[in-house]
Amino acid sequence: MPRRSWLPALRRSRFHLIMTPVCFIWCLPIIFTVMVSFRSFTDIIEHGLGGLPRSFTTAGYSAAMSGVGTGGEGRALLNSTIITVPTVIGVLLLSSMAAFALSRYRIPGRRAIVAIMLIGNLLPPQVVLVPVVRMVQSLGIFNHLIAPILVQVGFGMGFYTFVLYGFMRTLPEALTEAAHIDGASPISIYWHIIMPLVRPALAGLAALAATWTFGDFIFAISTLQSSSTFPVTVFLFNFQTLYASSWNVIAAGAVLAALPTAAIFLVFQRQMISGLMLGAIK
Amino acid sequence: MAAVAGEVTAPLHRRRLRQGRSRLTRIPPIIWVFLGLGTVMEAFWVAWPTLNTFYYSFTQWDGIGKKVWVGLGNYRGLLHDPVFGKALLDNCIWLVGFGGLSLSFGLIFALALDKPRRGVGVYRALIYLPLVFSLVVTGLFWQTLYKPSGPLDSVLNAIGLRGVEQQWLTQPHLVLYSLLVAAIWHEVGYVMVLYLAGLKATDPELAQASQVDGANGLQRLAFVTLPQLREVNLIVLAIVVIDSLRTFDIVWVMTGGGPNNASQLLSVDMYTEAFTDLQLGYASAIAVVIFLLTIGFVMFLVSRMVRADR
Repeated sequence: MPRRSWLPALRRSRFHLIMTPVCFIWCLPIIFTVMVSFRSFTDIIEHGLGGLPRSFTTAGYSAAMSGVGTGGEGRALLNSTIITVPTVIGVLLLSSMAAFALSRYRIPGRRAIVAIMLIGNLLPPQVVLVPVVRMVQSLGIFNHLIAPILVQVGFGMGFYTFVLYGFMRTLPEALTEAAHIDGASPISIYWHIIMPLVRPALAGLAALAATWTFGDFIFAISTLQSSSTFPVTVFLFNFQTLYASSWNVIAAGAVLAALPTAAIFLVFQRQMISGLMLGAIK
Repeated sequence: MAAVAGEVTAPLHRRRLRQGRSRLTRIPPIIWVFLGLGTVMEAFWVAWPTLNTFYYSFTQWDGIGKKVWVGLGNYRGLLHDPVFGKALLDNCIWLVGFGGLSLSFGLIFALALDKPRRGVGVYRALIYLPLVFSLVVTGLFWQTLYKPSGPLDSVLNAIGLRGVEQQWLTQPHLVLYSLLVAAIWHEVGYVMVLYLAGLKATDPELAQASQVDGANGLQRLAFVTLPQLREVNLIVLAIVVIDSLRTFDIVWVMTGGGPNNASQLLSVDMYTEAFTDLQLGYASAIAVVIFLLTIGFVMFLVSRMVRADR
């Protein structure tokens, strides 16, 4: 009889006995980088990068923020934000409008349009990179923050339209028909009926789009040129060659760049996960 | 009175309904604007550049002078280019390693964290936390870990593996695998999310029934759960294949393809040819190869998916 009481207890704790160390090991790269970021340079020189921390200082963070010769990480984080906010709003607005048209009206060839958008979403950025840089140059927006914004709105259209099209198709036809009969204009149907209904999907996609845009490297490094316009990803890339031996400063820079997206994740975790699922299952 | 009113309004109502339908078929001009804005962006920044990449790939061009038509010259050049050969080979290793391990770990974590119980939410969040970091940040995290006599070597020493410490990012035979681990760490959370969604859609009654029939855990997994995940498997496969063909940031940040092309991937080779060597025609030919590989794999997987549907 006592077996019955301790066996499930052991089962339960077996799960935690395995998962807790696994998750701890999983997070080691983060833990170590945070640890290094708070150590002093002399501590690292004396006790080695792999040694246990014997100092605590935020010097690495202030060095990254001032970033001599790079414009500083504060500026770079600001640039990332200036790129991210309009990109997310722009791509979600345009793709939800396109998805509305495709899912609610009998657009001739709409299946072909959706298929082309899906293929566009699958392409690696490298496939379009050289012509895109040429186009950015001839439009006269090379090294302007508008360049990565426009490129990423264009490049994201496929994914977001495809996902929102799948989502909007599941909304009952009767909703829009009733509104039509009541004389509502297409714009008001889009804005007052469809958009509130897709809000959960939009929230997830917005959180995803924000982390992806914030993390973009290849479009930014190809269309921007000076440290005053670099977003934080490109900043870090240049920073690590400039500060090659100041590991605490590089680690601090990486942690600073990780914080905004980690914050988005902590706040919008549920929406982000459902956004990811939407993208795959629809 | 009521009956009369009903007779009058019913056909009227029906007529209005029909009008409503026909209006859905007759597309208002504003809807063309709605569709047009996004389609133009897509066409301008994706479709048109893709066509141009194909065109450039038949030319020799440094980006400043005139394009010189060379026909299939760039592609012939690729056949004899040892760096491209190395990149292609490495990308194959990458595809198998990255795809296989992301898929396996993602599935294992999903199976372990599928059932709701205390602490599952925290474990899940920790597993997919890396996903929200940019690949540049991920690269820097792992670079810190891999530094000579850095944290990884200290851990290996501490657990008694003194001889195992390595120059993780500078040994030519090791560097690709060191990068692979970092890239997988970033991808596994995504795969786990997809499998969790797939597991949620499986029929719990089937698992219960097979348990009643005496199937053990492994049998239930192999014969009941996995067959139901067929569609998710194909989606995950498509995603990891595409992601392994577009891998760039993490390699560019951690090694730049080196040392001596030891961690060269197709996208890294393409980028170097385009923006370091200014061989835009040649780089475009590599981009076309990446394009064809991506589309080829996706077509293959989609055809499997359609067959699975039947």
